[in-house]
Amino acid sequence: MNPLPAEKINKTLSNSGLQLAIYESTGRLMEKRRKALASPLAADFETWREQANRIKRHTIENLDHYLEQLEQNLTRNGGKLVWARDATEAADFILNLAKENNAFRIVKSKSMTTEEIDLNERLENHQLEVVETDLGEYIIQLARERPYHIVAPALHKTRYEVADLFTEKLGVEREVVIEKQTMIARARLREKFLSADIGITGANFLIADSGAVVIVENEGNARLSSSAPRIQIAVAGMEKLIPRAQDLATFLKVLGRSATGQPLTVYTSFLSGPRRAGEIDGPEQFYLVLVDNGRTRVLADRDKRQSLYCIRCGACLNHCPVYRKIGGHNYPWVYSGPIGAIISPQFHGVTEDPWLPYASSLCGACGEVCPVKIEIPKILLALREDVTKAKKREGGGGLERLAFRAWAFLMRHPKLFEIAGMAAPALISDGGGRWIRSLPRPLHVGPIARWLSQRDLPPPAERSFRQLWRARRRRS
Amino acid sequence: MTRRVSLFVSCIVDQVFPKVGIAMADVLERLGYEVDFPEAQTCCGQPAFNSGYWDEARQVARHFLDVFDGADCVVVPSGSCTSMITHHFAEIFAEDAAMAQRAHAMEGRVWEFSRFLTDVARAGDVGARFEHTVTYHDSCHALRELKVKSGPRSLLNHVRGLTLKEMDACEECCGFGGTFSVKFDEVSGGMARAKLDSIYRTGAEYVVSLDSSCLMQIQGALSRADSPVRTIHLAEVLASR
Repeated sequence: MNPLPAEKINKTLSNSGLQLAIYESTGRLMEKRRKALASPLAADFETWREQANRIKRHTIENLDHYLEQLEQNLTRNGGKLVWARDATEAADFILNLAKENNAFRIVKSKSMTTEEIDLNERLENHQLEVVETDLGEYIIQLARERPYHIVAPALHKTRYEVADLFTEKLGVEREVVIEKQTMIARARLREKFLSADIGITGANFLIADSGAVVIVENEGNARLSSSAPRIQIAVAGMEKLIPRAQDLATFLKVLGRSATGQPLTVYTSFLSGPRRAGEIDGPEQFYLVLVDNGRTRVLADRDKRQSLYCIRCGACLNHCPVYRKIGGHNYPWVYSGPIGAIISPQFHGVTEDPWLPYASSLCGACGEVCPVKIEIPKILLALREDVTKAKKREGGGGLERLAFRAWAFLMRHPKLFEIAGMAAPALISDGGGRWIRSLPRPLHVGPIARWLSQRDLPPPAERSFRQLWRARRRRS
Repeated sequence: MTRRVSLFVSCIVDQVFPKVGIAMADVLERLGYEVDFPEAQTCCGQPAFNSGYWDEARQVARHFLDVFDGADCVVVPSGSCTSMITHHFAEIFAEDAAMAQRAHAMEGRVWEFSRFLTDVARAGDVGARFEHTVTYHDSCHALRELKVKSGPRSLLNHVRGLTLKEMDACEECCGFGGTFSVKFDEVSGGMARAKLDSIYRTGAEYVVSLDSSCLMQIQGALSRADSPVRTIHLAEVLASR
């Protein structure tokens, strides 16, 4: 059981530059989404969300069927589907493939699934060169960090920090103009694309009826990664499936708008197998590595398996007031924000980071914006119950449980409740109705002290409502 | 037509902000309702539910149902407590058919105060006067679970002398979140201060909301910042003359 990383969180909260960067970047993304949804083109957005939810529900409920269909169609297209139970199996397959083909240089386009299985690290440990080609990912790879955000991995880095990073790692003159920084990265990456042996991408969608991998992006790096090298590998979680090519329209309409406020991303690539006879370009070999890594465990839970509907748009992060305060690196896994708070405990077990489902004020903004209508607040609540049950089994959390037991007893006994309520005005003088900034030592403890660390406490009411009510009734 | 309503004032109003309950009763009586306060009431069970203690939440929810089963119409000065009863009782009793049945039967009879005024009493002008500039904070559960958005604003706009100035972040959480406010005290405090910035930009003298818990968080932060801005529950505004 990892404790709440309070110190680390407070460090983020007290870094005013970082706070501003997170707040402004997420604020911009919220604003872009809002504008995109206000357009007449998106008048049916709610219907699309409903459709997207239904398609995902149908797919996840029939995952076995569609996985088989995907494999058949992918194989017919000349590709090969590889099943990876976990991170090690996925990495082992790629390592062996590289060895067999005498390949050592790999270009990669942005993929949360490969981040999830620490693929870069595993490949680099075997002397393979792995280069991230999405600008944001390239920046965090140079900085040796994890993505800060599902869609915008370097969201927390200012251009000045990027300038320093480029100078340090690439030996270039300090450049703070974003467009020029992009050109520096572009020049570096162009060489890598042209000399790479293997291209690794993620997948936004896997289409069962056509055996195709669909990737949406804005920089063109995924298209280059998947077309220039002779070997192409897509790594994806098996929940990325959708049944039919025609279902894609619904998802493309909600994904771009939810993520970046774009009606459609700049590139939408359909990868359906290696180069065919008579074609002059495209990869010679084509693989799809389907990663489980805990997904079947999530699938087993009828109420919470909707967590697998996620299309990784990042809207719940942008709209989460907690994410906007604590940022992406205080969450224990690569998936941050509300979606991270519900999937991490399901993949790893609720006892690993029992504080995680509690890292929410339950404001519901995440559920409100989710393009596939995952009931995130509901799942957070269910996970909290799982946490208290698990703690009970393991003999922890006794004090809090005792407190709630006593509280429940009090709430079933109105007379006792009333008498207990008289304790506060008896102990604390109401100070003429002024709010309380601090209390005498014996009272300044536990939750009260934590409340007072941030804000004042209301003065105790001289008489409770029920007492006022009785007096009112007597008068009339 | 219901002319008799039962108050469920919530534990926080009963113990900390009793004047909110009195104001609510005043407004309802002024509109011609006979108001009843079942004295055995305590809490809806939400604190335990939100903290993961569903057994304890069920005990308190059952107590609520025991107290209010006979009531035709229950009015609550809180979006959050209303939503606990109308949206979450069914969840915690999902595996107990008899209790689930009782929970479902209660759902249509419990009303958040402003929703009751606009949808049942069909009230616009309740005869209130409040000569101040106010801004309205959308409490999360009222907004996102009960879909209460325009009703309270319309009621405020009918109050004589009142000027409503919207804040840019009216839909952003104040950071209270029940035990979240003490478990994640620094994060919660940060959220409250972000809310204050938005409130200050309106120049309003008062922040109005439907939930005393949000108002406790916001007033606590305002008071800590030595701000002259005050919080007030919608019922208190509507009871003012």
